[in-house]
Amino acid sequence: MQQVFKKPNALCDVNLHYCPGCTHGIVHRLVAEVLDELGIEGKAIGVAPVGCSVFAYDYWECDMQQAAHGRAPAVATGIKRVHPDKVVFTYQGDGDLASIGTAETVHAAMRGENITIIFINNAIYGMTGGQMAPTSLPGQVTQTSPYGRDPKTQGYPVRMSEMLAQTDGAAYIERVAVDCVKNVNNAKKAIKKAFQTQLDGKGFSLVEVLSTCPTNWGKSPIEALDWLRENMIPYYPLGVKKDKTTEE
Amino acid sequence: MAEKVLVKGNEALAEAAILSGCRHYFGYPITPQTEIAAYMAKRMPKVGGVFLQAESEVAAANMVFGAAGAGARALTSSSSPGISLKAEALSYIAGCDLPCVVVNIVRAGPGLGGIQPAQSDYYQATKGHGHGDYQMIVLAPSSVQEIIHLTADAFDLADLYRMPVMIMGDGMLGQMMEPVEFDLGERRKLPEKDWATTGTDMKRKHNIINSLIMNPDDLEACVRARYERYEQIKATEARAEEYMMDDAEYMITAYGTTARIAKNAIVELRKKGIKVGLIRPITLWPFPEAAYKKYADKVSAILSVEMSMGQMVDDVRLAVNDKVPVHFYGRTGGNIPYPDEIIKAMEEIAGGDK
Repeated sequence: MQQVFKKPNALCDVNLHYCPGCTHGIVHRLVAEVLDELGIEGKAIGVAPVGCSVFAYDYWECDMQQAAHGRAPAVATGIKRVHPDKVVFTYQGDGDLASIGTAETVHAAMRGENITIIFINNAIYGMTGGQMAPTSLPGQVTQTSPYGRDPKTQGYPVRMSEMLAQTDGAAYIERVAVDCVKNVNNAKKAIKKAFQTQLDGKGFSLVEVLSTCPTNWGKSPIEALDWLRENMIPYYPLGVKKDKTTEE
Repeated sequence: MAEKVLVKGNEALAEAAILSGCRHYFGYPITPQTEIAAYMAKRMPKVGGVFLQAESEVAAANMVFGAAGAGARALTSSSSPGISLKAEALSYIAGCDLPCVVVNIVRAGPGLGGIQPAQSDYYQATKGHGHGDYQMIVLAPSSVQEIIHLTADAFDLADLYRMPVMIMGDGMLGQMMEPVEFDLGERRKLPEKDWATTGTDMKRKHNIINSLIMNPDDLEACVRARYERYEQIKATEARAEEYMMDDAEYMITAYGTTARIAKNAIVELRKKGIKVGLIRPITLWPFPEAAYKKYADKVSAILSVEMSMGQMVDDVRLAVNDKVPVHFYGRTGGNIPYPDEIIKAMEEIAGGDK
């Protein structure tokens, strides 16, 4: 019998701790598939963040280091400067990357640090139980915006990909979503291209993945996918925001 | 014999780090230690190393965390306000059992304080910095030559015990020029770094560098194991210099620059007939308790002299456990205790005693 589907080799054979319907699992798998397809598991070193994906160090078969909240790009910088021939990536949520770690993220991009960042944007703090994130949408109800996010007092959501695309050091920035099969396939292509950008020594690469958090959004997994499509994608347009990879 | 050269404390430290095999320096400018960064910026590219000026002290320390996890000898340096920012990463580095060296060229605090020499970060270095149950080895050189020896040993100690090691100086020591030899002395035998994230090369199970342990029993066991290592360090690594203690009736104790000033005061006090000696801790953690216990029954009083409002004096009191009165004299805010002031303080103690 022909096997048509299996666990990627770079994904550990363990139960993930994520809530039912959470899309972290999909993105973990996409990263593992890319590590397999590029044949780079053995030279990859990942950095896990603080947030829902804090245990990510247990989920990929490559070497892993766990960082303090927001500091993954700085930790990755330290690793990459020691092992410039290895493939160094971080996997970070929106609170980690776009709030407490904004400086580390922006400066890694400005330095053109030759690392890859997988950025999960689900518009909420998941692990701590559903507080307002820098990416929460106007009007979005969370534990710390119980009357809906009011931009007058709580500010506006940040479009990190567009912001980072302005930096000269960024080589490849794309925003994708994992709400449907077509978009999941696109997400994988983007992740693969981001890792390839690093392998080619082109500089900083980041893929922003619009994701769901059914538990803290208070929705079923299906409703959450619809909410992502109807609310997040209009605010956070999908597509390539920066691509210097074809430049010589 | 190595050639004698005239060199500044901060630059001696940087060169000693390079000679010790450090090829990764991450820093951020702050007075009065910026010469270390400037020296590294000039030298590292020449020796195939990395100098990186980070966006913040926070980032610099977390880059050290990454580089240390990746198996490199990594260094960062700063001065007091910057060390407060590095405290986060130091806690993680200790919690992940990683080696690194961090330099604090102490300036006066609190807050922005001043840029003049101080020793007011003793608590922070030996009891505080980041969150959680952990320690750093803290080395306190008092001359430029000693900076070179202790820098080399700091990297060895860090690798041997897999923990952060701090070199604590002050603005005076960092800026002072002295003739030195770049002779690192005897080096230690060190274990392989088989725990480092170097890429599995598909030949071994993945290495994970992590301080998160969700099961309370497991976390407690991990912390207790670390403290057993600390006990071993206390037993074997505590160091102090004794100066004119053989016949001493009184003890002055001071570390770093202050100890050198105290030596001048001791020579003068002896001319006046007061038999005083010095205990100079070289390791602030582990604190060299034995050096004090040895004289607790022999001297009639101890005077701790510091460039602070009195921080090390607490450890001196704990070491002698009320067997002998412990007095304190300090200057702070960037002021330096003069020999005359120390002499006066000691004379008052000796006079009151007689």
